[in-house]
Amino acid sequence: MALPAAPSAHRPLALIAEERRRALTGAAFAAPATLLLLLIHVVPIVVLFSLSATDYELGAIVTRAVGLANYERAFADPAFRRSLANTLLYVSIVLPASVLGGLLVALLVHARRRTRSLYEVIYFLPVTSTLIAMATVWQFVLHPTLGPIAAVLRAFDRATPSFLTEPDLVLPTLAFIGIWQLVGFNMVLFLAGLSAIPRDLYEAAALDGAEGAIDRFLRVTWPMLGPTTMFVTVTSAITAFKVFDTVAVLTQGGPMGASSVVLYAIYLEAFQYFHLGYAAALTVVFLAFVIVFALAQAFAFDRRVHYA
Amino acid sequence: MRDGGSADGVRLTGIAKAFGTTRVIEGLDLAVRDGEFLTLLGPSGCGKSTLLRIIAGLERQDRGTVCIAGRPVDHLRPAERDVAMVFQSYALYPHMTVAANLATPLEMRRLTLLERLPLLKHLSPRRRRVMRGIMAEVRAVAEALRIEPLLDRKPAQLSGGQRQRVALGRAMVRRPAVFLMDEPLSNLDAALRVEVRHELAELHARLGTTIIYVTHDQVEAMTMSSRIALMDQGRILQLGTPEELYDRPASLAVARFIGSPPLAVLETVADGAGGIRLGPLRLPCGHHFASGTRLSLGIRPEALALPLGPDADGPALAARLTRAENLGAEWHLHVRLDLPGAPPAIVRLTAAELEAARAAGLLDDPLTLVLRARGVHLFGPDGARVAPRPAPLFAAD
Repeated sequence: MALPAAPSAHRPLALIAEERRRALTGAAFAAPATLLLLLIHVVPIVVLFSLSATDYELGAIVTRAVGLANYERAFADPAFRRSLANTLLYVSIVLPASVLGGLLVALLVHARRRTRSLYEVIYFLPVTSTLIAMATVWQFVLHPTLGPIAAVLRAFDRATPSFLTEPDLVLPTLAFIGIWQLVGFNMVLFLAGLSAIPRDLYEAAALDGAEGAIDRFLRVTWPMLGPTTMFVTVTSAITAFKVFDTVAVLTQGGPMGASSVVLYAIYLEAFQYFHLGYAAALTVVFLAFVIVFALAQAFAFDRRVHYA
Repeated sequence: MRDGGSADGVRLTGIAKAFGTTRVIEGLDLAVRDGEFLTLLGPSGCGKSTLLRIIAGLERQDRGTVCIAGRPVDHLRPAERDVAMVFQSYALYPHMTVAANLATPLEMRRLTLLERLPLLKHLSPRRRRVMRGIMAEVRAVAEALRIEPLLDRKPAQLSGGQRQRVALGRAMVRRPAVFLMDEPLSNLDAALRVEVRHELAELHARLGTTIIYVTHDQVEAMTMSSRIALMDQGRILQLGTPEELYDRPASLAVARFIGSPPLAVLETVADGAGGIRLGPLRLPCGHHFASGTRLSLGIRPEALALPLGPDADGPALAARLTRAENLGAEWHLHVRLDLPGAPPAIVRLTAAELEAARAAGLLDDPLTLVLRARGVHLFGPDGARVAPRPAPLFAAD
């Protein structure tokens, strides 16, 4: 009311300049991260999507847009469909086994006092090792004539199945190696979750009468591990979907495509046959699968998980 | 003392506990009467929580016996001891509703393991009937605690006071022989603490169940307890009613711990003729100590007064006023007594008394303070209280 009129005419201008300066400063701070996001994530995905609509081949001079032809071909391709089915089977073995196995090992290790760190190291070692190198070791271990398993079985007069060359055995064998590598990692995550459960809750449960291992687990441990379990399940699922190195080193998708998985099929199309456009379409399909799977899990969990 | 009269709620005999080389409790005996509200009071680290956990069975004592309702429970697991506990953190199951939290102790007792398993539990026809009974009891307890509207919420959606009530309800629903409470009010704000204190005392009067209550807060102890066991360094310094602990502290340590603001402690010496010297004053104490024996005189704030009206007579001490604190209804005068070492003391006045004193010019330095007999305690060289003979101290003067 009593404010003089003159300054108020200038104020908006000054304010606008100030706001603009602040907006610019903010944008400048956000720019590096935005640029990196664009370069590393957004641009490659855009390129991937555009490639998937072409018949681009590495080194080709002429490239045509083919629309959705690559996708039609993918779903009609028995080799790709088989690799998709193999991947789903692989995930359906590795996911529950590595999550439940990790939980079981974590519960056992958590109960140890003096030997706890020893067991932690033992179970975590596979995580730290290179899977390519370890795959070679597994190749030796599983070898039908030279490997230690064969030696043991021979001692009992049993023939050794060829784990990596028999069509029915090859995928479960690869899954076993995948579980072996994941359990240690999941164990560490579950151990962290277990350590975060307040001791008071177990004591309250003890006074309430929930003293047996089953009751303690059902009333306290399992519900309190909800967020950890969800995280472990989603990361394990993604890791399992991305299975590649063991296949590439041990079986090359054989015998007769029995162990071909999606990532290996993409690798073959892209870097052996140079069908980059087709491989891009396969990658998009794979991406869609992983996203749908992860979202479905997140929704399924989210309704039941309690976040403290 | 009066233990013979009523049955024991909880009896501890020769309890000892050490963690590694740290001895927390050493040879402690305590008889808690049936139906009483006994508070274990003491500074942090005095072993009071450990003692409570030993009674609950969460911690195993190294030596000694715990008896609850007349039977030894040392071999029993926590759930079998017929005790319920309220934790400082409340320890509610965060993933369950209030109703499920309250129902848990009953489900554990009345349902078989099969009837508690997920999915499988629906196979039992008996379960539905039992659960109906349990939920009726849960609702009754919730009603008594006025948390019925909260039954469908989860602990995270409750305020501190509401959580505290749910924790109490989970303990009550089982109707245990003894309630154990471990600093249950320490996570509440000051106003709520006063309210819940009142409710707890009422609850105890209504249920008549034995309560063993651990706290470091003397106000909680003084306001709620039937009796207080004051603990320090794993021992019980004194066991008695709040009045006994305040009016007849067994030792200087007890007198220092109980009472707020704290009592002033003056070092004095005996004069060898049944009196003590306090600067220019000689006070008869009705006790003969050898001349020169070092004694301590504890003076509660209410034992010091300005020479107003009926308080004008009595042994007088000179003092200097250092600070006057306004607490609304009353004032605390912080003074330094005109004695060797200028010991600090506090004088309590009502606002009206302060006005009168100011009008009479009694607040001008140096102050003259009159010593009242009530609230003055003499402690011997070993720190034990010297019971006045005849009571009270220096009444003869």
